[in-house]
Amino acid sequence: MTSLAAPAVAFSSAPEADEPHSLVMRFGADRPLRMDAGVALAPFQIAYQTYGTLNADKSNVVLVCHALTGDQHVANVHPVTGKEGWWDVMIGPGKPIDTDRFFVICSNVIGGCMGSTGPASTNPATGRPYGLDLPVVTIRDMVRAQAMLLDALGIDTLFCVLGGSMGGMQVLQWAASYPERVFSAIPIATASRHSSQNIAFAEVGRQAVMADPDWRGGRYYEAGVRPEKGLGVARMAAHITYLSDAALHEKFGRRLQNRAAPTFSFDADFQIESYLRHQGRSFVQRFDANSYLYLTRAMDYFDLAADYGGRLADAFKGSRSRFCLISFTSDWLFPTAETRAVVHALNAGGASVSFVEIETDKGHDAFLLDVPELFATVRSFLKSAAHKRGLA
Amino acid sequence: MNDMTPHRPARDAARVDLVLVADMVEKGARVLDVGCGDGQLLRLLAEERGVDGRGIELSQRGVNDCVAKGLSVIQGDADADLAAYPDDAFDYVILSQTLQATHRPKVVLENMLRIGRKAIVSFPNFGHWRIRAQIAFKGRMPVTENLAWSWYDTPNIHFCTIRDFVALAGEADARIERAVALEAGGKPIGFSAPWAFWNLFGEQAVFLLSRSKGGH
Repeated sequence: MTSLAAPAVAFSSAPEADEPHSLVMRFGADRPLRMDAGVALAPFQIAYQTYGTLNADKSNVVLVCHALTGDQHVANVHPVTGKEGWWDVMIGPGKPIDTDRFFVICSNVIGGCMGSTGPASTNPATGRPYGLDLPVVTIRDMVRAQAMLLDALGIDTLFCVLGGSMGGMQVLQWAASYPERVFSAIPIATASRHSSQNIAFAEVGRQAVMADPDWRGGRYYEAGVRPEKGLGVARMAAHITYLSDAALHEKFGRRLQNRAAPTFSFDADFQIESYLRHQGRSFVQRFDANSYLYLTRAMDYFDLAADYGGRLADAFKGSRSRFCLISFTSDWLFPTAETRAVVHALNAGGASVSFVEIETDKGHDAFLLDVPELFATVRSFLKSAAHKRGLA
Repeated sequence: MNDMTPHRPARDAARVDLVLVADMVEKGARVLDVGCGDGQLLRLLAEERGVDGRGIELSQRGVNDCVAKGLSVIQGDADADLAAYPDDAFDYVILSQTLQATHRPKVVLENMLRIGRKAIVSFPNFGHWRIRAQIAFKGRMPVTENLAWSWYDTPNIHFCTIRDFVALAGEADARIERAVALEAGGKPIGFSAPWAFWNLFGEQAVFLLSRSKGGH
């Protein structure tokens, strides 16, 4: 417990934290990240992936912003899980975000655990992981860091910035913070703020992590343990919010798991229990518990209107970006009403905005799944935006 | 692919009432088309009048068609969504063949005149002699070529006649700047004809309205 010796290798609990299987942009003391918490974070790093080819005038850049448990491995085999990228259905040659035409960038958010500076990263001041010594991160910090990455890559404007859920929050923040750098934006299944209910669910997840004795006040890395049980429970609870009642009913109903009758025990008798336990177990293999605390907190703090005197419309005043917002009928975590509020604010600000509510029973997770109407909307919006942008 | 392949000028293919509406819009104006369907009118307006157009459409399919054409259209409806728009946001707010399907036509019209400097409304005339004849002689709710639904499954819940609409415009503090009635063949009826004549022979009508002084 008291050993302060810095280990020579990355902590096993977050193997990708310092030296990820990814491109990495490192920012030294001369280029700190000025965080909303009032701290200038330096040095720091951003892990990112790219797909496709940057054109000569750098006008074909698409920035993908990932959600809470996503990462930069959006369209390649994941280095930890060995599974295909989390938006492989959306991004690739000939796909809605066509890598034959666009240069796609996706970076791990600040506070994450896949190679961008986060709580599992080594704090250069101590030689140990930051743990809770990392300042609390905001959505705006994430976007600031992404803007610094683009600066470092010599990219001025984004042809499009898009993402779902927490990724959608970043998209809205991009449009508000850097309107002149955003030609078009696709916020999906998102909101301009975390609702009270959203915060409540996030808090349940955090308390589950913190209640695990292996969490050790966030200093579990040095002890060689992980709060797997707590993080697993957090994931199980959150996963329910990503699905709809109808989808759960259809997929699992009250069916029993590999047994003919209830066992009169607390085994996972029901398929849904078994499924959730599996979700929890597999999640802890790839995600850092402290990152989960930081990123859910970032979403809690997000309230775009509050940054503009309480008027959301003022966040987008005079915006010349083209917007296409997408929501899903069965998403009760980020319901359509939240998207509609953003649409009305954009309209009030005179922005060019389209909005589609897609009918599906797949819940919040629909943005990650094979939903043809989603692909059709993204494809057609990008096509007309590319036409307007003069992209061949 | 529609937006990049050569196509016939929108006017050739457009419905006659849409052309009539388009002719009422000043060049370069800001326009909101409520119930814009697949975007035919918005496209016509963009091509012929160079307008900065926005749309509201109820059906997902219609919205997708519009987005594919590069139009800025949101999914929503006239009854619920107009209230969220600020005053004077547009030069024109257009309601094309949709008034009769709204829940509260008067509120919709008032919102249109609040959001836009001018409002353009086109609607089927329930006072047309064919419709009157069906009720009078058959004793059944009218079903015509243009209004092909039975009473129990029609989305058109608030039909009105041309004279009804003139009265509504008055109640909504609107000034009628222009009005055109189209006969069954799509030909405009002479301007000098009295309302009663229009009301009998106009199959549909297009009104250009503005706020009367003090009305808001």
